[in-house]
Amino acid sequence: MEAIYGIPVIGVLFQFIGYLIDVTPGIAPIVIGLAAPIALGAMCGIMNERSGIVNIGIEGMMLSAAFAAFLAAGLFQQAQGGEPSGGPFGATPALMVGVLAAILTAMALSALHAWLSITISADQIISGTIINIAAIGMTGYLNRLLISPNPRLGAGTFSSFDLPAGWEDIPIIGWILEMFLNQGPLAMSVIVIVILLQVLLFRSRWGLRTRSVGEHPRAADTVGINVIALRYRNVIVGGIFAGLAGAYLTLEGTGSFQNGMTAGRGFIALAAVIFGRWTPIGAWGGALLFAFSGAFGQAVRIRPPGDGYPGLDAIMGGIPTQVYGALPYIVTIIILAGVVGRSVAPAAVGKPYQKEGRAA
Amino acid sequence: MTAAGAQAPPRRTSPLARLLALSIVPLVAVLGALIVGGIIIFLSSFATGEPDPTLPFQAYASLFRGAFGSVRGILFSIVSAAPLILGGLAVGLGFKAGLFNIGATGQFLMGALGAAAVGAWVAGAPAFVAIPVAFLAGALLGAAWGFIPGALKAWTGAHEVVTTIMLNFIAGAVIGYLITGPLEAPGFSFSRTGDLGNAVLPTYFDEALHLGVFIAFAAVPIIWWLLWKSTLGFEIRTVGANPDAARYAGMRPAFITILTMSLCGLLAGLSGAGQILGISHFMNASYGTSIGFDSISVALLGRAHPVGIMLAALLFGAMRAGSGLMQIEAGIPVEIIDVIQATILLFLAADVVIRRALHIRAPGAEPEELQTVSKSYGSGTPA
Repeated sequence: MEAIYGIPVIGVLFQFIGYLIDVTPGIAPIVIGLAAPIALGAMCGIMNERSGIVNIGIEGMMLSAAFAAFLAAGLFQQAQGGEPSGGPFGATPALMVGVLAAILTAMALSALHAWLSITISADQIISGTIINIAAIGMTGYLNRLLISPNPRLGAGTFSSFDLPAGWEDIPIIGWILEMFLNQGPLAMSVIVIVILLQVLLFRSRWGLRTRSVGEHPRAADTVGINVIALRYRNVIVGGIFAGLAGAYLTLEGTGSFQNGMTAGRGFIALAAVIFGRWTPIGAWGGALLFAFSGAFGQAVRIRPPGDGYPGLDAIMGGIPTQVYGALPYIVTIIILAGVVGRSVAPAAVGKPYQKEGRAA
Repeated sequence: MTAAGAQAPPRRTSPLARLLALSIVPLVAVLGALIVGGIIIFLSSFATGEPDPTLPFQAYASLFRGAFGSVRGILFSIVSAAPLILGGLAVGLGFKAGLFNIGATGQFLMGALGAAAVGAWVAGAPAFVAIPVAFLAGALLGAAWGFIPGALKAWTGAHEVVTTIMLNFIAGAVIGYLITGPLEAPGFSFSRTGDLGNAVLPTYFDEALHLGVFIAFAAVPIIWWLLWKSTLGFEIRTVGANPDAARYAGMRPAFITILTMSLCGLLAGLSGAGQILGISHFMNASYGTSIGFDSISVALLGRAHPVGIMLAALLFGAMRAGSGLMQIEAGIPVEIIDVIQATILLFLAADVVIRRALHIRAPGAEPEELQTVSKSYGSGTPA
């Protein structure tokens, strides 16, 4: 290794690969967790865009859901009093109420988005923007009104699943198991949701209809598919995923709510959708990539390359820490710029559909 | 009604009637949003104590008094409107080219950074040198921050909705690094840029207005002239209305996209520079702004027309200016302004409903070019 690392210029590249291999096992479980809200947001995006609706309001849906989850869980806990009894994953009734509130909130906002973009034929980007601005305003307003004067409000978080002792020592398999299973319930649900959605979208009647409505609504209408109803249903069901993403942020990630805590994840989710070419598994891959860049940025600050990688340590030590903090945003732009030309959106995305004969 | 009848020019209507037709939907939207806001304020009185039906009226009375109750209040409203005018133009100009610039925040911050850094650097120079140089630095850095998403869209097809938001966060990181690092001024108890010295803008009317306010208002006729009286403006509007037609007519949509986004960045950068040079006089590492979404609201309420944007900015500026007094006197968090803004936009988006309910045949509330923005979402490069 010493010899390879010593090669001028290329040696540093090998050092970087070595360092990546070094830190990856440590950050892998964190990556799955960080990817969860992005992946769930991306599933919401896929449900919308596959039906021909742009949804840039995922960020706002997530933020509202995160707030609703925290508030509902906290208030329920307060009303209930006493020490909560935790089920598996430390799931208390309060946390379950929180998840439910998150889902309902995001579904309600999705219904608004559906109404504006399908029935009213309003501009879909504007509709999403309204949801984003309303979410920032409403959560900020209610945060000041309801949560700030009540600092003890909170219902804790879901706990991660513990692998049986000794399992993580199994070579490779143990590591993979720990990566995927040492998670809370919401992060773990992502894997199920992604696979289920992938199968449904490409192997079921619903999936075929959804894709046809997104590609060529007129043709779909001609063969008897109710374009309007299917779009409504898909947009509203997509809200469930945005709701879960929000619930993850407050009830599994941090256990608290801060204004603007989604920090662009809803938009990174849109990039993940494009990266994954509008397939659930591909979008999840994109989410993992963006999450990895975030986790790597954290890892570098905690455990820099050090003496084992002399050239790399000098280079990476010279890069300001803020660059590592902004890594997910930088990577998102680079990936989007590199991939989007070869990635084709559903043809009807962003175009309101009106039945023939209704045109003014 | 026949299609031909719909397109016939409204020849016999007076200018006043046309103005009314244009402004009726925005006016109804603002009024409706104030009513919705009042209901929310009333509902929130349940959470804090006794239900109080007079609370909305108290709140709006304080808001109004804060914004218009005194000469000083009115001047403060105008000062608060200035950055929104430039920000609104930064978004509205993008709309005209079929671009949705949600990156005004980042462009504003980079403009503020440029003005703060260069302003501190030229602090010792005479004011007639220091002020233009500092302003120019802010404008150029803002333009550079607008150039990036423009170039990304034109050359790679990456949609500006995602890239501009990412650049907002990256701008925050750049500022955090530079102001705690290379640009940090010595001798202060916290990380900030140096004193501006002669680059501080002159003030008028008992220090209530600064020079940047006049620059903001001057930008309104300039952008109007650019859009409707210049060749470039014609190209911008053509690309926004129909990129394909523009290309067949020999225009270069890619070039126009890049140039327009850079101009948007320049306007937002000027906005940031004005705030630094005229109001805060330095920049700290956590300098933040709500300009981004405010500017979108302003541009939409103003129908992406410079004059409309100016009026909308004055309205929102007054709300921001008065909201402080409202929070103190009525205990209503200033965030209610964001809620009212979002509700205004909601009414504007649902303008079909308003027009049907009022039986009026006014033009739609949204700039038509917006459809280009949404339709371009999946389609990649404009060229």
